[in-house]
This record gives sequence, C-alpha cells and structure tokens, in this order.
Amino acid sequence: MITRLLLAFPFLAVAILLLIGLGALLFKRNLIKMLMGLSLMESAVNLFLVATGYRQDGAAPIFTNVPSTHMVLPTVQALTLTAIVIGVATSAMMLSFAMVIYKKYGTVDIRKIRKLNG
Amino acid sequence: MRNALLIAILLVLFAGLAYVATDLAFGQPARADMDDYFLRHGQEQTGANNIVTSVVFDFRAFDTLGEATVLFTAVLGVGMMFRKLKPGEEYEHD
Amino acid sequence: MNMTKIVRTTADLFYPFCLIFGLYVVLHGHLTPGGGFQGGAVMATGAALLIVSRSYAGIIQRIRKNAMKLCEAVGLLMFLVAGLSGLLLGGSFLHNRLAGAGGLFGESVAFGANPGVLNTAGLIPILNIAVGIEVLGGLTVILLYMLSGVNKEEPAS
Repeated sequence: MITRLLLAFPFLAVAILLLIGLGALLFKRNLIKMLMGLSLMESAVNLFLVATGYRQDGAAPIFTNVPSTHMVLPTVQALTLTAIVIGVATSAMMLSFAMVIYKKYGTVDIRKIRKLNG
Repeated sequence: MRNALLIAILLVLFAGLAYVATDLAFGQPARADMDDYFLRHGQEQTGANNIVTSVVFDFRAFDTLGEATVLFTAVLGVGMMFRKLKPGEEYEHD
Repeated sequence: MNMTKIVRTTADLFYPFCLIFGLYVVLHGHLTPGGGFQGGAVMATGAALLIVSRSYAGIIQRIRKNAMKLCEAVGLLMFLVAGLSGLLLGGSFLHNRLAGAGGLFGESVAFGANPGVLNTAGLIPILNIAVGIEVLGGLTVILLYMLSGVNKEEPAS
C-alpha cells in the first residue's frame, strides 16, 4: 500500500497542493491570502494534467536533436498551456477587484466587507 | 469548533484523494491513439519539429483563438476597474 | 516611489536583453520549446523590470499606454486575418496551406531527429508572432493599469 502510494508520487503531490490551497481559502480572512490559495489550487490542477501524460522513459515531444523517438504525450501539454494562460487572466482580474475593494472599504478583511452599497 | 470540523473534512478529502491516487498508473497512460497519430504524422503534415506547438497552433488552433480572446477580455476588465472617476463620483466608504 | 539609481540602471541594462531573448523564443517556437505565449511573457518581464523600478510618473513617458494597447489589438487582429486568409483562398478557417509548399516558411521536413530548419512550418511562425505581440501588449497594459491605481498617501483608517 505504501509502495503503491510512493510509486504514484506526483498524484500524491497534487492532492497535497490541492488541500493546502483549500485550507488557505477556508482558514484565512485576508482577501490577498485567499487569492494565493486559489492560485495554488490552479497550479495543482495543471500539475495533474501534465503528470497524466507521462510515458515511462520518454523524451520531450520535440524532434530537434532528440536522442530517441519514444516520447511523452503532447496533447496534455497543450491543454495545460491554455489552462495556465487562463489562470493568469483570472488572477489579474481578481487582484484588481481586491485593489478597488480596498479603496472603497479601507480594509481587506472579509468579515468587515459586508454592506453592499449602491 | 468550526476549525476542528474543517480540519476533519480536509483529512477525509485527503484520504479519498490518496486512495484514488493509488489506482492511477503513473507512466502507462491508458489510451494514447490520438497522441501516437500526432507524433507519427505531425512533422509531415505541419512541418514543425515541436509537436506541442503544432498541436496548439495547427491541429487545435481554434482553442488558441479562444484563449487569446480570453486574455484580451481580462485586460478589458482590468482597464474598466481603474477608470478615471467623473466629478461627482468617489471611492470612500461612508 | 523611485528606487535607487543602481536598481534603475541595472533594469535599463537588462531591458534590451530580455526583449531579444523573448523574441528568440517566439520566433523559434516551432523548433525549440517555447512559442507565442511563453515568449510574450518573457518580453513582458523585461517591461515589468522597468515598471517596478520606477514610479508611475517616471515610466509613463517611456512606455506609453496607447502604444501597448495598439500592440495588443494588432496582435489579435493579425491572428484573425491569418485565419481568414485560409478561409478566403479555399479551405477551412486557419488552414495551414504554406507548410511544405515551397514558398515563405515552406520547406518539408522528414520524420525523425534533425537539427531544426527555420524556414519550415507554414502558418505556425506567423501565428506565434501574432500571439507574442498580443501577450506583450496585454501583460504590460495590466501592469500599467495596476500601477496607476496605487494610492500615494497613507489611508486614514
């Protein structure tokens, strides 16, 4: 059981990162720290996608001066590229929301941002 | 009390994810037919050495168009947040 | 808030090297790991070096917001025009007709390992350049907008 768990170590690392990010979302009350937890969860999902497409003793799927033609799967890496760019876009928008909330309320404590004005 | 309940939920989730992780075979992907086709015919059909770039920009170029549009929309949203206020509006919380 | 003169001078020295390396990663996207998004991010890091080491008033004369907005719009427009050119000349949207046809970017590549030839891969380098310009413009505009929203005085609470 323990050896099977250690053989699938990248998936275990995905689980640990996901739970640390979820813990940051649940236990912290500063908006910026909660956004860091969300970014950790996105990184965990990207790691899971890349770890799915690994073939044993495979090289990178690029034919420029490659030593052998036994390669890992390329489609999963393309999906991860798209996911990373979308993560950057949503992080930029959430951080700008946090800056405007600080300008309006004077604090980033979520227990004090309770009144919906307007 | 709330903290203890949340930590218990997190531990149950970790046990569940670790149990599923032992079932996944790391290093032997299950179905790789489409990727084998891309690796064998990618160079003669697109002419690129980098198979990941040929998948992103030739075999699945429509998804890359959507991704560029999402980046453009995010810049639009950030620009909308930091606009110059008109003379009557203000930011302070009363 | 301006940083010290050493930091500003070092950022000025690094800026052209970052731009050239980013352009290399974008242009060789079909031969080495990289491509449009990665090279655009490296180029935007060069601009971010300049932005971080100066205040908003010090940087807004050198990297203008309108020029970066133009970069971003031109990048996405170039992607769309390259796609529509495949549709209008017969074929599908984003059809790669230049690969292996002998013209611009049109040499054919045999299966197997080879040292890379730059003149290959058809529409892919054109799309790489379009996406690289768009990501450079987009990330720099995000940084400039966020820098302009920073308050200069201390908050009262």
